[in-house]
Amino acid sequence: MNYDVTIGLEVHVQLKTRSKMFCSCSTAFGAEPNTQVCPVCLGYPGALPVMNGEAIRYTVMAGLMLGCKISAYSKFDRKNYFYPDMPKNYQISQYDMPLCLGGSVDIDVGGQAKTIRLTRIHLEEDVGKNMHFARTSGVDFNRAGVPLMEIVSEPDLTSPEEAQAYLVALKQILLYAGVSECNLEQGNLRCDVNCSLRPRGTTPLGTKAEIKNMNTFKGVFHAAHAEIRRQTELLAAGEKIRQETLRYDPDLDITVPMRSKEYAHDYRYFPEPDLLPVVLAPETIQAWADQLPELPRQRRERFVREYGLPEYDAQVLVADKVVADYFEETARQAGNPKAASNWVMTEMLRQLAAQELEIGQAKITPRALGELIRMAESQTINSNTARQVFGILFAEGGEPAQIVKERGWGQVSDSGVLEAAVDQVLAANAKSAADYRAGKKPALQFLVGQVMKVTRGKANPAMVQAMLEQKLV
Amino acid sequence: MADSKTGGAADAIDVAYVARLARLQLSTEEIETFQRQLNSIVDYFKAIREVDVDTVQPMAHAVRVQNIFRADEVRPGLDRELALANAPVHLDDQFSVPKIVE
Ligand SMILES: [Zn+2]
Repeated sequence: MNYDVTIGLEVHVQLKTRSKMFCSCSTAFGAEPNTQVCPVCLGYPGALPVMNGEAIRYTVMAGLMLGCKISAYSKFDRKNYFYPDMPKNYQISQYDMPLCLGGSVDIDVGGQAKTIRLTRIHLEEDVGKNMHFARTSGVDFNRAGVPLMEIVSEPDLTSPEEAQAYLVALKQILLYAGVSECNLEQGNLRCDVNCSLRPRGTTPLGTKAEIKNMNTFKGVFHAAHAEIRRQTELLAAGEKIRQETLRYDPDLDITVPMRSKEYAHDYRYFPEPDLLPVVLAPETIQAWADQLPELPRQRRERFVREYGLPEYDAQVLVADKVVADYFEETARQAGNPKAASNWVMTEMLRQLAAQELEIGQAKITPRALGELIRMAESQTINSNTARQVFGILFAEGGEPAQIVKERGWGQVSDSGVLEAAVDQVLAANAKSAADYRAGKKPALQFLVGQVMKVTRGKANPAMVQAMLEQKLV
Repeated sequence: MADSKTGGAADAIDVAYVARLARLQLSTEEIETFQRQLNSIVDYFKAIREVDVDTVQPMAHAVRVQNIFRADEVRPGLDRELALANAPVHLDDQFSVPKIVE
């Protein structure tokens, strides 16, 4: 039998606050274990949490970018569970009154556009990190209390490909919103995958299983495939799917039940008595909405409209907000968006990929690239020289005019100098000159090439060609 | 939370189940004692059911205060030695707990 796949994702996003959600401990990554802790995040009796206002603002900004309805009134709850990653034996989260409701993310898989609905976004605190030793387990509470925004999707995804596209699109929007660094290596984005199967064409959703704590998009893709395989085999054998929690084993490429979380679902949520409700006035929400940047999709459309870029170029440029910002500043400096787009799309992205760098790490500033583009456009330097100058600017930074001057790379457009070179070449290549006069057109390109060689690439090729044509009539 | 309107089993606290969740080892006698004591506490709270709350808005907090926020500023917390000193056991720089099976 064939099955329809249903996937819903719960994405946990670390907000880019400097301090934790309910205390003033640092959120910096990579500190020595248990060095960013205090009585609040260690759950000492009597220590009281106080909300980080910035975390609330970031969550609402994300909600606005994703088209959510922002709750005028929301509150926090205790999610009770027994697992040694939280010293309080509960996690502060939001149960029935989250900050954001609804919203959606647009995806595109194989040219097919689709809108994935969101259920909600709520704010909660991260838990500690466990490490497993031979006889015991260790706990590092540095991460406990770090603000996490949980974005819950409706079960609108129908394949691992769509799940991956959703994560890519979501990450792009969050980066545009500026609410998270979205650094996957540092665990800024983690994801639970809910997956169920039902006989093709039927309506009621099958029993779902949940794969916990995926931290790469490729991982989600492979885990979803593995889980679909597992459920298909079970159903084919006439067995029932149990509602259970799984983890993905990347080495064996299979999903396996997590024994430890078997009884963890009885959370007994109740309102957090140590925290007061969050009431957001329409003016507050509006003021935050006014600070929002364009969505990637809007920006892409604007690039096509305003700069006359092809759809594909616009899409490549907006994929990364920092690249898009870089392009716009370069276009402004160069006064030529099309040329700026060409340079960023080809030389810049090629060099970045070759050297595995982010655009922020390149030494060349938009101002320098803008100037280089103007020099190339005005033929102060030829295109080969321009590319060489770009290479130097990319690696070392500096001023294009300075580099050209120091190395004597300026393009020669002085007709007196060029004429001397042309005459020298014609004298040395009488046969080619005769060939051209006899109608062999390619001979002209050979002669232009000789002039370039004599001038060590500095001659203005258009002027050389015109001069040769004139002399060979 | 258990639905308080339906009453009956949903309100009862299953001591043996909660003890298993919390990894508490209780004897049969202890389970019976705690079950009896907890039932009587829950029964006591059932008096709230007698109050007519149809016209009362649910409230998250007894104090009519809202929007208490901190600025996003980092302040030093506890020294690690001090933090670990409160734990029954620690291993090097980490709190130590019985081995967790994933
Ligand atoms: Zn703390």
